[in-house]
Amino acid sequence: MSTIFGSSIGRKLLMSLSGLFLVVFLIIHLSINLLLLVPDGGQMFNVAANFMALPLIKYGLQPVLFAGFIVHIIYAAILTAQNNKARGSAKYASGNNTKDVMWASKNMFVLGLTVSAFLVVHLIDYWVPLQITHAAESITIDGVEMHNTYALVNAAFAESWRVILYVIGALGLTIHLTHGFWSAFQTLGLSNNIWRKRWTVIGIAFAWIVGLGFSLIAILQFAFYQ
Amino acid sequence: MENNISLTLKVWRQNGPKEKGRFETYKLEKVSTDSSFLEMMDILNEQLINDGNEPVAFDHDCREGICGMCSLYINGRPHGPDDDVTTCQLHMRKFKDGETITIEPWRSAGFPVIKDLIVNRNAFDTIIAAGGYTSVSTGGVPDANAIPIPKVDADEAMDAASCIGCGACVATCKNGSAMLFVSAKVSHLALLPQGKVEAARRAKNMVAKMDELGFGNCTNTGACEVECPKGVSISNIARLNREFLKAKLQD
Repeated sequence: MSTIFGSSIGRKLLMSLSGLFLVVFLIIHLSINLLLLVPDGGQMFNVAANFMALPLIKYGLQPVLFAGFIVHIIYAAILTAQNNKARGSAKYASGNNTKDVMWASKNMFVLGLTVSAFLVVHLIDYWVPLQITHAAESITIDGVEMHNTYALVNAAFAESWRVILYVIGALGLTIHLTHGFWSAFQTLGLSNNIWRKRWTVIGIAFAWIVGLGFSLIAILQFAFYQ
Repeated sequence: MENNISLTLKVWRQNGPKEKGRFETYKLEKVSTDSSFLEMMDILNEQLINDGNEPVAFDHDCREGICGMCSLYINGRPHGPDDDVTTCQLHMRKFKDGETITIEPWRSAGFPVIKDLIVNRNAFDTIIAAGGYTSVSTGGVPDANAIPIPKVDADEAMDAASCIGCGACVATCKNGSAMLFVSAKVSHLALLPQGKVEAARRAKNMVAKMDELGFGNCTNTGACEVECPKGVSISNIARLNREFLKAKLQD
Protein backbone atom coordinates (compact mmCIF):
# COMPACT_ATOMS: atom_id res chain seq x y z
CA MET A 1 0.00 0.00 0.00
CA SER A 2 2.86 2.35 0.85
CA THR A 3 3.86 3.08 -2.71
CA ILE A 4 0.48 2.95 -4.40
CA PHE A 5 0.18 6.75 -4.70
CA GLY A 6 3.74 6.97 -5.95
CA SER A 7 2.84 4.95 -9.04
CA SER A 8 1.26 6.29 -12.21
CA ILE A 9 -1.90 4.23 -11.68
CA GLY A 10 -2.04 5.33 -8.04
CA ARG A 11 -1.96 9.00 -9.01
CA LYS A 12 -4.66 8.32 -11.56
CA LEU A 13 -6.67 6.58 -8.84
CA LEU A 14 -6.62 9.81 -6.83
CA MET A 15 -7.86 11.74 -9.90
CA SER A 16 -10.59 9.17 -10.42
CA LEU A 17 -11.82 9.06 -6.82
CA SER A 18 -11.69 12.83 -6.29
CA GLY A 19 -13.42 13.31 -9.64
CA LEU A 20 -16.25 10.94 -8.76
CA PHE A 21 -16.59 12.65 -5.38
CA LEU A 22 -16.95 15.99 -7.16
CA VAL A 23 -19.57 14.40 -9.43
CA VAL A 24 -21.61 13.61 -6.32
CA PHE A 25 -21.17 17.21 -5.19
CA LEU A 26 -22.44 18.40 -8.59
CA ILE A 27 -25.59 16.30 -8.21
CA ILE A 28 -26.32 17.86 -4.80
CA HIS A 29 -25.48 21.35 -6.04
CA LEU A 30 -27.75 21.02 -9.09
CA SER A 31 -30.60 19.63 -6.95
CA ILE A 32 -30.42 22.65 -4.63
CA ASN A 33 -30.13 25.07 -7.55
CA LEU A 34 -33.32 23.61 -9.01
CA LEU A 35 -35.11 25.13 -6.01
CA LEU A 36 -34.29 28.54 -7.53
CA LEU A 37 -37.06 27.81 -10.01
CA VAL A 38 -39.74 27.31 -7.32
CA PRO A 39 -41.84 30.51 -7.58
CA ASP A 40 -42.04 31.20 -3.83
CA GLY A 41 -39.72 34.21 -3.69
CA GLY A 42 -36.78 31.98 -2.89
CA GLN A 43 -38.12 30.61 0.39
CA MET A 44 -37.34 26.94 -0.28
CA PHE A 45 -33.93 27.79 -1.75
CA ASN A 46 -33.08 29.85 1.35
CA VAL A 47 -34.09 27.03 3.68
CA ALA A 48 -31.95 24.56 1.71
CA ALA A 49 -29.00 26.96 1.65
CA ASN A 50 -29.39 27.49 5.39
CA PHE A 51 -29.39 23.73 5.89
CA MET A 52 -26.09 23.51 3.99
CA ALA A 53 -24.66 26.09 6.43
CA LEU A 54 -25.37 23.85 9.48
CA PRO A 55 -22.22 23.41 11.60
CA LEU A 56 -22.03 19.68 10.82
CA ILE A 57 -22.01 20.38 7.09
CA LYS A 58 -19.98 23.59 7.29
CA TYR A 59 -17.23 22.17 9.50
CA GLY A 60 -17.62 18.47 8.73
CA LEU A 61 -18.37 18.08 5.03
CA GLN A 62 -17.11 21.35 3.57
CA PRO A 63 -13.42 20.63 4.41
CA VAL A 64 -13.83 17.26 2.70
CA LEU A 65 -15.21 19.02 -0.36
CA PHE A 66 -12.31 21.46 -0.36
CA ALA A 67 -9.90 18.53 -0.02
CA GLY A 68 -11.59 16.88 -3.00
CA PHE A 69 -11.09 19.97 -5.13
CA ILE A 70 -7.50 20.43 -3.97
CA VAL A 71 -6.50 16.80 -4.64
CA HIS A 72 -8.15 16.91 -8.08
CA ILE A 73 -6.45 20.18 -9.04
CA ILE A 74 -3.00 19.43 -7.60
CA TYR A 75 -2.82 15.96 -9.13
CA ALA A 76 -4.07 17.35 -12.45
CA ALA A 77 -1.11 19.73 -12.41
CA ILE A 78 1.37 17.01 -11.39
CA LEU A 79 0.12 14.53 -14.01
CA THR A 80 0.06 17.15 -16.76
CA ALA A 81 3.64 18.22 -15.97
CA GLN A 82 4.84 14.60 -15.91
CA ASN A 83 3.03 13.82 -19.15
CA ASN A 84 4.54 16.82 -20.93
CA LYS A 85 7.96 15.63 -19.80
CA ALA A 86 7.26 12.08 -21.01
CA ARG A 87 6.11 13.40 -24.40
CA GLY A 88 9.59 14.89 -24.80
CA SER A 89 10.88 18.19 -26.06
CA ALA A 90 10.94 17.22 -29.75
CA LYS A 91 7.54 17.79 -31.36
CA TYR A 92 6.18 16.17 -34.49
CA ALA A 93 6.52 18.48 -37.49
CA SER A 94 3.56 16.78 -39.17
CA GLY A 95 1.34 17.24 -36.11
CA ASN A 96 -1.15 14.62 -35.02
CA ASN A 97 -3.71 13.29 -37.50
CA THR A 98 -5.08 10.45 -35.40
CA LYS A 99 -8.84 10.36 -35.89
CA ASP A 100 -11.63 9.25 -33.55
CA VAL A 101 -10.05 10.73 -30.44
CA MET A 102 -12.44 12.76 -28.32
CA TRP A 103 -11.32 16.41 -28.24
CA ALA A 104 -12.20 16.69 -24.54
CA SER A 105 -9.85 13.83 -23.65
CA LYS A 106 -6.87 15.78 -24.96
CA ASN A 107 -7.82 19.07 -23.31
CA MET A 108 -8.89 18.09 -19.81
CA PHE A 109 -6.43 20.43 -18.14
CA VAL A 110 -7.57 23.48 -20.11
CA LEU A 111 -11.22 22.55 -19.56
CA GLY A 112 -10.42 22.13 -15.89
CA LEU A 113 -9.06 25.68 -15.84
CA THR A 114 -12.42 27.07 -17.09
CA VAL A 115 -14.13 25.14 -14.31
CA SER A 116 -11.70 26.40 -11.67
CA ALA A 117 -12.14 30.01 -12.85
CA PHE A 118 -15.81 29.40 -12.18
CA LEU A 119 -14.92 28.04 -8.76
CA VAL A 120 -12.94 31.14 -7.76
CA VAL A 121 -15.79 33.47 -8.75
CA HIS A 122 -18.16 31.29 -6.71
CA LEU A 123 -16.00 31.56 -3.62
CA ILE A 124 -15.76 35.34 -3.90
CA ASP A 125 -19.45 35.90 -4.72
CA TYR A 126 -21.05 33.46 -2.30
CA TRP A 127 -18.77 31.67 0.10
CA VAL A 128 -17.10 34.84 1.45
CA PRO A 129 -20.28 36.92 2.11
CA LEU A 130 -22.30 33.92 3.35
CA GLN A 131 -19.82 32.06 5.51
CA ILE A 132 -16.85 34.29 6.26
CA THR A 133 -17.79 37.99 6.49
CA HIS A 134 -21.55 37.37 6.83
CA ALA A 135 -22.07 40.56 4.82
CA ALA A 136 -25.10 39.11 3.04
CA GLU A 137 -28.47 40.46 4.18
CA SER A 138 -30.73 38.42 6.45
CA ILE A 139 -34.31 37.20 6.19
CA THR A 140 -36.60 35.45 8.67
CA ILE A 141 -38.47 32.38 7.45
CA ASP A 142 -40.83 30.58 9.91
CA GLY A 143 -39.20 32.36 12.81
CA VAL A 144 -35.65 31.33 11.82
CA GLU A 145 -33.22 34.07 10.87
CA MET A 146 -30.96 33.18 7.95
CA HIS A 147 -29.03 34.74 5.08
CA ASN A 148 -31.14 35.72 2.10
CA THR A 149 -29.02 33.61 -0.27
CA TYR A 150 -31.76 33.80 -2.90
CA ALA A 151 -31.46 37.59 -3.13
CA LEU A 152 -27.72 37.27 -3.65
CA VAL A 153 -28.12 34.70 -6.45
CA ASN A 154 -31.07 36.50 -8.00
CA ALA A 155 -29.15 39.78 -8.11
CA ALA A 156 -26.14 38.05 -9.72
CA PHE A 157 -28.33 36.54 -12.43
CA ALA A 158 -29.85 39.94 -13.19
CA GLU A 159 -26.67 40.91 -15.02
CA SER A 160 -26.53 39.53 -18.56
CA TRP A 161 -22.71 39.35 -18.74
CA ARG A 162 -22.69 37.15 -15.63
CA VAL A 163 -25.27 34.82 -17.14
CA ILE A 164 -23.24 34.55 -20.35
CA LEU A 165 -20.01 33.74 -18.45
CA TYR A 166 -21.95 31.30 -16.27
CA VAL A 167 -23.24 29.42 -19.33
CA ILE A 168 -19.74 29.31 -20.85
CA GLY A 169 -18.39 27.92 -17.57
CA ALA A 170 -21.18 25.34 -17.42
CA LEU A 171 -20.44 24.21 -20.98
CA GLY A 172 -16.72 23.88 -20.08
CA LEU A 173 -17.80 21.66 -17.20
CA THR A 174 -20.02 19.63 -19.55
CA ILE A 175 -17.19 18.91 -21.97
CA HIS A 176 -14.86 18.11 -19.05
CA LEU A 177 -17.39 15.58 -17.78
CA THR A 178 -18.00 13.92 -21.17
CA HIS A 179 -14.49 12.52 -20.86
CA GLY A 180 -14.00 12.58 -17.10
CA PHE A 181 -16.96 10.42 -16.15
CA TRP A 182 -16.18 7.21 -18.08
CA SER A 183 -12.47 7.82 -17.64
CA ALA A 184 -12.88 7.63 -13.85
CA PHE A 185 -14.37 4.15 -14.14
CA GLN A 186 -11.71 3.06 -16.63
CA THR A 187 -9.01 4.09 -14.13
CA LEU A 188 -10.72 2.16 -11.34
CA GLY A 189 -10.61 -0.88 -13.61
CA LEU A 190 -14.41 -1.10 -13.60
CA SER A 191 -14.59 -1.26 -17.35
CA ASN A 192 -14.32 -3.63 -20.28
CA ASN A 193 -15.46 -3.61 -23.89
CA ILE A 194 -19.14 -3.62 -22.89
CA TRP A 195 -19.01 -1.34 -19.86
CA ARG A 196 -16.81 1.26 -21.53
CA LYS A 197 -19.63 1.97 -23.98
CA ARG A 198 -22.17 2.08 -21.15
CA TRP A 199 -20.10 4.41 -18.95
CA THR A 200 -19.51 6.66 -21.97
CA VAL A 201 -23.22 6.95 -22.75
CA ILE A 202 -24.12 7.48 -19.08
CA GLY A 203 -21.27 10.02 -18.75
CA ILE A 204 -22.29 12.05 -21.80
CA ALA A 205 -25.94 12.09 -20.69
CA PHE A 206 -24.94 13.11 -17.16
CA ALA A 207 -22.58 15.81 -18.47
CA TRP A 208 -25.30 17.44 -20.57
CA ILE A 209 -27.94 17.17 -17.84
CA VAL A 210 -25.58 18.95 -15.44
CA GLY A 211 -24.36 21.55 -17.96
CA LEU A 212 -27.77 22.37 -19.43
CA GLY A 213 -29.36 22.19 -15.98
CA PHE A 214 -27.11 24.85 -14.49
CA SER A 215 -27.32 26.97 -17.67
CA LEU A 216 -31.12 26.83 -17.90
CA ILE A 217 -31.53 27.80 -14.25
CA ALA A 218 -29.31 30.85 -14.84
CA ILE A 219 -31.12 31.84 -18.04
CA LEU A 220 -34.61 31.36 -16.54
CA GLN A 221 -33.57 33.37 -13.48
CA PHE A 222 -32.38 36.16 -15.76
CA ALA A 223 -35.48 36.09 -17.96
CA PHE A 224 -38.39 35.43 -15.61
CA TYR A 225 -37.43 35.90 -11.97
CA GLN A 226 -36.28 39.52 -11.88
CA MET B 1 -2.80 -2.00 -63.49
CA GLU B 2 0.46 -0.42 -62.55
CA ASN B 3 0.47 3.25 -61.67
CA ASN B 4 3.42 5.46 -60.96
CA ILE B 5 3.46 8.51 -58.70
CA SER B 6 6.01 11.22 -58.01
CA LEU B 7 6.67 12.26 -54.43
CA THR B 8 8.38 14.91 -52.37
CA LEU B 9 9.76 13.42 -49.14
CA LYS B 10 10.58 15.44 -46.04
CA VAL B 11 12.76 13.05 -44.05
CA TRP B 12 14.22 13.53 -40.57
CA ARG B 13 18.01 13.13 -40.65
CA GLN B 14 20.05 12.94 -37.47
CA ASN B 15 23.65 11.72 -37.34
CA GLY B 16 23.62 10.42 -33.79
CA PRO B 17 21.75 10.43 -30.46
CA LYS B 18 23.38 13.65 -29.29
CA GLU B 19 23.47 15.42 -32.67
CA LYS B 20 20.98 18.03 -33.75
CA GLY B 21 18.62 16.70 -36.39
CA ARG B 22 17.01 18.43 -39.38
CA PHE B 23 14.60 17.72 -42.20
CA GLU B 24 15.99 16.95 -45.67
CA THR B 25 13.79 17.15 -48.75
CA TYR B 26 14.11 14.53 -51.49
CA LYS B 27 12.30 14.13 -54.84
CA LEU B 28 11.33 10.65 -55.96
CA GLU B 29 10.00 9.99 -59.48
CA LYS B 30 7.99 7.03 -60.74
CA VAL B 31 7.21 5.14 -57.57
CA SER B 32 4.86 2.21 -58.23
CA THR B 33 1.63 2.44 -56.25
CA ASP B 34 1.94 -1.32 -55.78
CA SER B 35 5.14 -0.96 -53.79
CA SER B 36 5.11 -0.90 -50.02
CA PHE B 37 6.21 2.13 -48.04
CA LEU B 38 9.48 0.45 -47.08
CA GLU B 39 10.14 -0.50 -50.71
CA MET B 40 9.70 3.18 -51.51
CA MET B 41 12.30 3.92 -48.80
CA ASP B 42 14.62 1.36 -50.45
CA ILE B 43 14.22 3.17 -53.78
CA LEU B 44 15.05 6.44 -52.02
CA ASN B 45 18.17 4.93 -50.46
CA GLU B 46 19.29 3.44 -53.77
CA GLN B 47 18.96 6.90 -55.30
CA LEU B 48 20.92 8.44 -52.42
CA ILE B 49 23.71 5.86 -52.67
CA ASN B 50 23.95 6.30 -56.47
CA ASP B 51 24.30 10.04 -55.91
CA GLY B 52 27.09 9.40 -53.40
CA ASN B 53 25.01 10.35 -50.34
CA GLU B 54 24.42 8.49 -47.10
CA PRO B 55 21.24 6.39 -47.10
CA VAL B 56 18.43 7.05 -44.60
CA ALA B 57 18.61 4.73 -41.56
CA PHE B 58 15.26 3.13 -40.69
CA ASP B 59 14.16 0.02 -38.78
CA HIS B 60 12.67 -2.99 -40.57
CA ASP B 61 12.86 -6.75 -40.35
CA CYS B 62 10.16 -9.24 -41.36
CA ARG B 63 8.27 -6.92 -43.73
CA GLU B 64 5.13 -8.97 -43.24
CA GLY B 65 3.60 -7.08 -40.35
CA ILE B 66 4.36 -9.44 -37.48
CA CYS B 67 7.74 -8.50 -36.01
CA GLY B 68 7.03 -4.95 -34.80
CA MET B 69 10.39 -3.66 -35.99
CA CYS B 70 9.30 -1.04 -38.53
CA SER B 71 8.23 2.29 -37.14
CA LEU B 72 8.03 5.72 -38.87
CA TYR B 73 5.67 8.59 -38.07
CA ILE B 74 4.18 9.43 -41.47
CA ASN B 75 2.10 12.55 -42.11
CA GLY B 76 1.03 12.88 -38.48
CA ARG B 77 0.30 9.20 -37.79
CA PRO B 78 2.42 6.26 -36.59
CA HIS B 79 2.62 3.68 -39.41
CA GLY B 80 1.04 6.23 -41.76
CA PRO B 81 -2.45 6.93 -43.12
CA ASP B 82 -3.78 3.35 -43.33
CA ASP B 83 -5.54 1.74 -40.34
CA ASP B 84 -4.50 -1.47 -38.55
CA VAL B 85 -1.28 -1.96 -40.49
CA THR B 86 2.43 -1.66 -39.81
CA THR B 87 4.54 0.56 -42.07
CA CYS B 88 5.78 -2.44 -44.06
CA GLN B 89 2.17 -3.29 -44.90
CA LEU B 90 1.36 0.28 -45.92
CA HIS B 91 1.18 0.65 -49.69
CA MET B 92 1.96 3.62 -51.88
CA ARG B 93 -1.55 3.48 -53.34
CA LYS B 94 -2.58 5.30 -50.16
CA PHE B 95 -0.72 8.39 -51.44
CA LYS B 96 -1.50 10.80 -54.26
CA ASP B 97 0.72 11.80 -57.16
CA GLY B 98 2.76 14.88 -56.26
CA GLU B 99 2.08 14.50 -52.53
CA THR B 100 4.58 15.70 -49.92
CA ILE B 101 5.19 13.02 -47.28
CA THR B 102 6.70 13.95 -43.92
CA ILE B 103 8.60 11.06 -42.34
CA GLU B 104 9.71 11.34 -38.70
CA PRO B 105 10.99 8.98 -36.04
CA TRP B 106 8.81 7.96 -33.04
CA ARG B 107 9.05 10.86 -30.62
CA SER B 108 8.82 10.35 -26.87
CA ALA B 109 11.15 10.80 -23.94
CA GLY B 110 11.12 7.00 -23.53
CA PHE B 111 12.29 6.40 -27.13
CA PRO B 112 15.42 8.49 -27.82
CA VAL B 113 16.55 8.78 -31.46
CA ILE B 114 19.63 6.70 -32.33
CA LYS B 115 20.05 7.78 -35.93
CA ASP B 116 17.74 9.29 -38.58
CA LEU B 117 14.44 7.41 -38.23
CA ILE B 118 15.65 4.75 -35.78
CA VAL B 119 14.72 5.10 -32.12
CA ASN B 120 15.85 3.09 -29.12
CA ARG B 121 12.95 0.89 -27.98
CA ASN B 122 14.98 -1.06 -25.41
CA ALA B 123 12.63 0.33 -22.75
CA PHE B 124 9.96 -2.14 -23.91
CA ASP B 125 12.36 -5.08 -23.48
CA THR B 126 13.28 -3.80 -20.02
CA ILE B 127 9.58 -3.69 -19.08
CA ILE B 128 9.08 -7.26 -20.35
CA ALA B 129 12.15 -8.36 -18.37
CA ALA B 130 10.51 -6.90 -15.24
CA GLY B 131 7.72 -9.50 -15.32
CA GLY B 132 6.19 -10.17 -18.74
CA TYR B 133 6.74 -13.92 -18.59
CA THR B 134 5.96 -17.05 -16.58
CA SER B 135 8.85 -18.09 -14.32
CA VAL B 136 8.51 -21.82 -14.92
CA SER B 137 8.10 -23.64 -18.19
CA THR B 138 4.43 -24.48 -18.62
CA GLY B 139 5.30 -27.20 -21.13
CA GLY B 140 4.00 -27.73 -24.61
CA VAL B 141 0.44 -27.24 -25.81
CA PRO B 142 -1.75 -29.05 -23.26
CA ASP B 143 -4.59 -31.37 -24.21
CA ALA B 144 -7.53 -29.13 -25.12
CA ASN B 145 -9.70 -30.46 -22.29
CA ALA B 146 -7.00 -30.66 -19.63
CA ILE B 147 -7.36 -27.05 -18.42
CA PRO B 148 -10.78 -25.66 -19.32
CA ILE B 149 -10.51 -22.01 -20.39
CA PRO B 150 -13.63 -20.02 -21.30
CA LYS B 151 -13.72 -19.16 -24.99
CA VAL B 152 -14.12 -15.45 -24.20
CA ASP B 153 -10.96 -15.45 -22.05
CA ALA B 154 -9.00 -17.39 -24.64
CA ASP B 155 -10.07 -14.94 -27.36
CA GLU B 156 -9.23 -11.86 -25.29
CA ALA B 157 -5.87 -13.31 -24.27
CA MET B 158 -5.09 -14.02 -27.93
CA ASP B 159 -6.12 -10.48 -28.95
CA ALA B 160 -3.86 -9.00 -26.24
CA ALA B 161 -1.03 -11.32 -27.25
CA SER B 162 -1.18 -9.94 -30.79
CA CYS B 163 0.74 -6.86 -29.54
CA ILE B 164 4.02 -6.79 -31.46
CA GLY B 165 5.66 -4.15 -29.25
CA CYS B 166 6.20 -1.68 -32.09
CA GLY B 167 5.65 1.40 -29.91
CA ALA B 168 3.01 3.14 -32.04
CA CYS B 169 0.92 3.57 -28.86
CA VAL B 170 3.68 5.58 -27.19
CA ALA B 171 4.43 7.49 -30.39
CA THR B 172 0.88 8.78 -30.78
CA CYS B 173 0.04 9.27 -27.08
CA LYS B 174 -0.01 12.90 -26.04
CA ASN B 175 1.34 11.74 -22.69
CA GLY B 176 4.04 9.43 -24.06
CA SER B 177 2.37 6.66 -22.07
CA ALA B 178 3.16 2.97 -22.59
CA MET B 179 -0.02 1.75 -20.91
CA LEU B 180 -1.47 -0.02 -23.99
CA PHE B 181 1.74 -2.03 -24.44
CA VAL B 182 2.07 -2.91 -20.74
CA SER B 183 -1.64 -3.69 -20.43
CA ALA B 184 -1.50 -6.05 -23.43
CA LYS B 185 1.49 -7.87 -21.97
CA VAL B 186 -0.13 -8.12 -18.52
CA SER B 187 -3.53 -9.12 -19.95
CA HIS B 188 -2.56 -12.00 -22.20
CA LEU B 189 -1.01 -13.77 -19.22
CA ALA B 190 -3.49 -12.64 -16.55
CA LEU B 191 -6.39 -14.14 -18.50
CA LEU B 192 -4.92 -17.65 -18.60
CA PRO B 193 -4.41 -20.09 -15.68
CA GLN B 194 -0.69 -20.47 -16.42
CA GLY B 195 -0.15 -16.72 -16.07
CA LYS B 196 -2.56 -16.08 -13.19
CA VAL B 197 -0.16 -17.50 -10.58
CA GLU B 198 2.22 -14.56 -10.94
CA ALA B 199 -0.40 -11.98 -12.00
CA ALA B 200 -0.06 -9.70 -8.98
CA ARG B 201 3.72 -9.58 -8.99
CA ARG B 202 3.78 -9.10 -12.76
CA ALA B 203 1.39 -6.14 -12.74
CA LYS B 204 3.28 -4.38 -9.95
CA ASN B 205 6.74 -4.92 -11.39
CA MET B 206 5.89 -4.02 -14.97
CA VAL B 207 4.06 -0.82 -13.96
CA ALA B 208 6.93 0.15 -11.63
CA LYS B 209 9.43 -0.36 -14.47
CA MET B 210 7.24 1.59 -16.90
CA ASP B 211 7.09 4.52 -14.46
CA GLU B 212 10.80 4.33 -13.74
CA LEU B 213 11.67 4.53 -17.46
CA GLY B 214 9.85 7.86 -17.76
CA PHE B 215 6.71 6.94 -19.68
CA GLY B 216 3.71 9.20 -19.02
CA ASN B 217 0.45 8.66 -17.16
CA CYS B 218 -2.49 7.35 -19.19
CA THR B 219 -5.36 9.83 -19.51
CA ASN B 220 -7.63 7.52 -21.51
CA THR B 221 -7.62 9.47 -24.76
CA GLY B 222 -7.76 6.21 -26.70
CA ALA B 223 -5.37 7.41 -29.42
CA CYS B 224 -3.19 4.31 -28.82
CA GLU B 225 -6.03 1.96 -29.69
CA VAL B 226 -6.72 3.85 -32.95
CA GLU B 227 -3.08 3.71 -34.05
CA CYS B 228 -2.27 0.18 -32.85
CA PRO B 229 -1.50 -1.89 -35.97
CA LYS B 230 -2.98 -4.91 -34.21
CA GLY B 231 -6.09 -3.15 -32.87
CA VAL B 232 -5.26 -3.95 -29.22
CA SER B 233 -8.18 -2.60 -27.18
CA ILE B 234 -7.97 -0.11 -24.29
CA SER B 235 -10.17 -2.52 -22.32
CA ASN B 236 -6.78 -4.09 -21.58
CA ILE B 237 -5.81 -0.85 -19.83
CA ALA B 238 -8.86 -1.17 -17.58
CA ARG B 239 -7.76 -4.75 -16.84
CA LEU B 240 -4.21 -3.59 -16.02
CA ASN B 241 -5.62 -0.93 -13.67
CA ARG B 242 -7.76 -3.60 -12.02
CA GLU B 243 -4.87 -6.10 -11.71
CA PHE B 244 -2.52 -3.43 -10.37
CA LEU B 245 -4.93 -1.96 -7.82
CA LYS B 246 -5.95 -5.45 -6.66
CA ALA B 247 -2.30 -6.44 -6.24
CA LYS B 248 -1.49 -3.26 -4.30
CA LEU B 249 -4.51 -3.67 -2.02
CA GLN B 250 -3.42 -7.22 -1.18
CA ASP B 251 -0.01 -6.02 0.03
